[in-house]
Amino acid sequence: MIGTAEDHHSNPLKIALSKFKRDGGRFISINPVRTGYSAIADEWVPIRPGTDGALLLAIIHEIIATGLYDREFLVQYSNAGQLINVDESNDEFGFFVRTEVPTEEACYEPQDKLWWDRTTDRAVVTHQPGADPFLLGEFNLPDGTPVKPAFQLLHERVKEYTPEWAAQITGIPAETIRRLAHEMGVTARDQKIELPIAWTDSWGKEHDTVTGNPVAFHAMRGLAAHSNGFQTIRAMSILMSLLGTIDRPGGFRHKAPFPRPIPPCARTPNDPRAVQPNRPLDGMALGWPSDPDDLFVNPDGSPVRIDKAFSWEYPLSVHGLMHNAITNAWRGDPYRIDTLLIFMANMAWNSTMNAVEVRKMLNDKTEDGEYKIPFLVVCDAFHSEMTAFADLILPDTTYLERHDVMSMLDRPISEFDGPVDSVRVPILPPSGDCKPFQEVLIELGTRLKLPAFVTREGARKFRDYPDFIVNWESEPGSGIGFLAGWRGKGGEKSLRGEPNPNQWEMYRKNNCVFHYELPKSYQYMRNWNKGYLEWSQRNRVTRYAEPILIHLYSEVLQRFRAAAQGKGFSRKPPESLKKRVETYFDPLPFYYDPLEAQLTDKHKYPLAAVTQRPMAMYHSWDSQNAWLRQIHTHNYLYVNARTALRQGIADGDWIWVESQWGKVKCMARHSEAVEPGTVWTWNAIGKAAGAWNLTPDANESQKGFLLNHLISEELPDGGSRISNSDPITGQAAWYDVRVRISKVGAGETATGVQNTSPQFEPMKPYPGMKTRAAILAFFGGKSK
Amino acid sequence: MTQLALVIDLNVCVGCHACVTSCKEWNTSGGAGTMGDQNPYGADPTGTFFNRVQTFEVGEFPNTETVHFPKSCLHCEEPPCVPVCPTGASYKRKEDGIVLVDYDKCIGCKYCSWACPYGARELDEQQRVMKKCTLCVDRIYDMTMAPEDRKPSCVKACPTSARLFGDVHDPASEVSVAIRESGGYALMPEWGTHPANHYLPRRKTRIKIHEDELERADNPLKVDRQLPKPAMAEPTLDDVTTW
Repeated sequence: MIGTAEDHHSNPLKIALSKFKRDGGRFISINPVRTGYSAIADEWVPIRPGTDGALLLAIIHEIIATGLYDREFLVQYSNAGQLINVDESNDEFGFFVRTEVPTEEACYEPQDKLWWDRTTDRAVVTHQPGADPFLLGEFNLPDGTPVKPAFQLLHERVKEYTPEWAAQITGIPAETIRRLAHEMGVTARDQKIELPIAWTDSWGKEHDTVTGNPVAFHAMRGLAAHSNGFQTIRAMSILMSLLGTIDRPGGFRHKAPFPRPIPPCARTPNDPRAVQPNRPLDGMALGWPSDPDDLFVNPDGSPVRIDKAFSWEYPLSVHGLMHNAITNAWRGDPYRIDTLLIFMANMAWNSTMNAVEVRKMLNDKTEDGEYKIPFLVVCDAFHSEMTAFADLILPDTTYLERHDVMSMLDRPISEFDGPVDSVRVPILPPSGDCKPFQEVLIELGTRLKLPAFVTREGARKFRDYPDFIVNWESEPGSGIGFLAGWRGKGGEKSLRGEPNPNQWEMYRKNNCVFHYELPKSYQYMRNWNKGYLEWSQRNRVTRYAEPILIHLYSEVLQRFRAAAQGKGFSRKPPESLKKRVETYFDPLPFYYDPLEAQLTDKHKYPLAAVTQRPMAMYHSWDSQNAWLRQIHTHNYLYVNARTALRQGIADGDWIWVESQWGKVKCMARHSEAVEPGTVWTWNAIGKAAGAWNLTPDANESQKGFLLNHLISEELPDGGSRISNSDPITGQAAWYDVRVRISKVGAGETATGVQNTSPQFEPMKPYPGMKTRAAILAFFGGKSK
Repeated sequence: MTQLALVIDLNVCVGCHACVTSCKEWNTSGGAGTMGDQNPYGADPTGTFFNRVQTFEVGEFPNTETVHFPKSCLHCEEPPCVPVCPTGASYKRKEDGIVLVDYDKCIGCKYCSWACPYGARELDEQQRVMKKCTLCVDRIYDMTMAPEDRKPSCVKACPTSARLFGDVHDPASEVSVAIRESGGYALMPEWGTHPANHYLPRRKTRIKIHEDELERADNPLKVDRQLPKPAMAEPTLDDVTTW
């Protein structure tokens, strides 16, 4: 388990961990902090934040150096043996060599790459019966082109990434890194699982059993939310592939609708003309670009979207860059907006970076007295800090009062054995004037006459959200809708089928869950499982049924890099971003210091500061719960005891925490369960005074604090500014901030009463909000 | 004779507090409720809980253990809280060993909480009576519930199933087997209280890899390090030497 905070994945993970430990599994946690799940790990490996990539690359180095990789798996199921053009003078440099092969219809990615066959000592089309590729070496094609297998390039890449090198960066002893690599490699190789499940691979070969190498990785935001997160996660994926643990028993298992090939995949529009006044967006709002020509940019290469997603600054930003939307709109870069609609995001507090400045931006005016963000609509179920800035509040319901779907089209709750989706049905009537936001959207869509919501004649299509969920189809007659269960007129079909008017009722009768269990033979090796891929194609989960090879070497990234180098016919990045794209779009994983660390004097700001949410209180609204807030009433900054004492900071002392971007005052808590170069705190426990219907003197605002004030949403970039994000994906670099700490001086408080800083003018209650009783004596189930 | 108890497996407890809140949810609305909270939405909120999780660190970095430690009444076989009670409100049931407080007799004098070495008792500030874990006595015998629900609320709620419930006097029970086979221990035995509740310690799984195991005969490098042979026609010394 690496980079996993204790709030991640919640109960399913707790259940699995307990079962895993009781079954005798060995559980290693790699984390700067030992709390929550890490507490019960058999071994805790403390690591410096943002350095996970270095650790993973060193483990890869050791796995290759000792021959602990799963050769057969790599040859058959990855692009390890595929030959890459290494002639730097050629425009095809860095791309796979392709040859003419007969292709069938409905084929996106023909198997036209080459191996260098060990038996015949010549280039052959991959996966030829009897062929076996060299994974290492350098060869010349008959036309003289020098080529190398992808694995050779990976081998060259990790040569310098020795455990000793990584030890300096991560703080983990080289011996430990080597031992971890050996434990993984030997377990994967010698503890094989073999299940008596017959299956057929994409090349027609029949297998009597499914085998597995029982080493599994669980990674979360601790890896991703750094400006080097993408390449770190690539390194981890490659490590899993070297160990042969992809969609095999005991390893990383796919959940429907995955695996999916990339490319091809859904894309956003790639042309500014897709955005026209009074017309719906001509395409998808989010997508998966895989080529420079997929980017959503103007002819000069500048961004079309307000958050600059899918632009040359953050080309593969499949989640968008919500953390920059307000700053960009305030600055008018790339343009000004007239309305900002915020749904359930506390962008004036714990959902934003740089909360102090962002709060000012939300209120800032131009010289002519107009608000820079003129109209602000906030939809929230709670009295959050954000609502105080709204021109219009749309009071939302909680999930107890409305219908919801966890749809196959978004992020379903699928299990390893097949697709699963689910719904929520209201168990309470909405209170007050609340309206489920889903209903607001249906109403807006209908009144705007967006094509999904009205007939050709402009008439309303859907009565309400439940009606929309049942009757919407991806296109007329497609049979693909939000819910996969009980489709067809009488509920007799799954995955695809006509709308069923009784679908909600059928979900309700089945505990609100639809679970489609795949036949055993389709449950493993799904990237290359002929039966599964054809099932997936027949059910329109995917369009193509070609094998989905694992990319040790990423041609998608190379395409962007080549464009930055001025090669090929695709779009080219603007001059100012060429170097950036060329550097970070490396087709092989590499390690670099997080961007903020590169811009920081580490002697001045020696500590990394990170946050996690506690298990008992995931969302900021939990502070309104009288019982939960007694578990976490305020937060401390946890500091390694030796680090604190070196600065004369005693346990419980008031301290200043400063980054380059801001400072906060809070209380320090000594800890032996945090790496000495890291400080951390609970996120979203600290509140603004008066928010969430707590009294203005509540501990959450007076003793609690927010680390967000220290994190900048932007970084200086030459004379300009760029998002504090991963340069490939635009993932917010939440955990890159560097800080220093110092004891609050005796003369710094005039009154002698300490509270956290910064403080804000207390939020006022809204009309109709009741004063709450001094004593709560809850008794559930009492009838009125 | 029956002695009901909890056995808490510290090896899998991740400190999520599900037992804390589910306990309060059940008991505040039942025979032992309410469990009042003072200042519930203001400064320094405080309230009655029958079960709390304390988290503490053991050892020095990097050899640190973080321990999540759920704590509630241990239902001692020799409960020191019972004899000190001046009104007989505090008592231990013969039939199942559960220690209970009769609120009708309790005068809130706190003697019992001073006598309890484990800090398991809490005075309910609103009702002015002493409260504590009842092992959900109003669930476990409730024949209107499904058999699988006749367990303390905390046991039902625990996602890691760290909490086992049963008769520690029955050598064949799940709890007795766990205590016997997984090193179960009681807290502060030196006080002679003989707590019925037990804890199971952390247990570590390690891997020992012998040097010889590292490289196997089928090491793929034996294949991958073999590079292609040079072409026969490439120049060699054969072409130029004359001896």
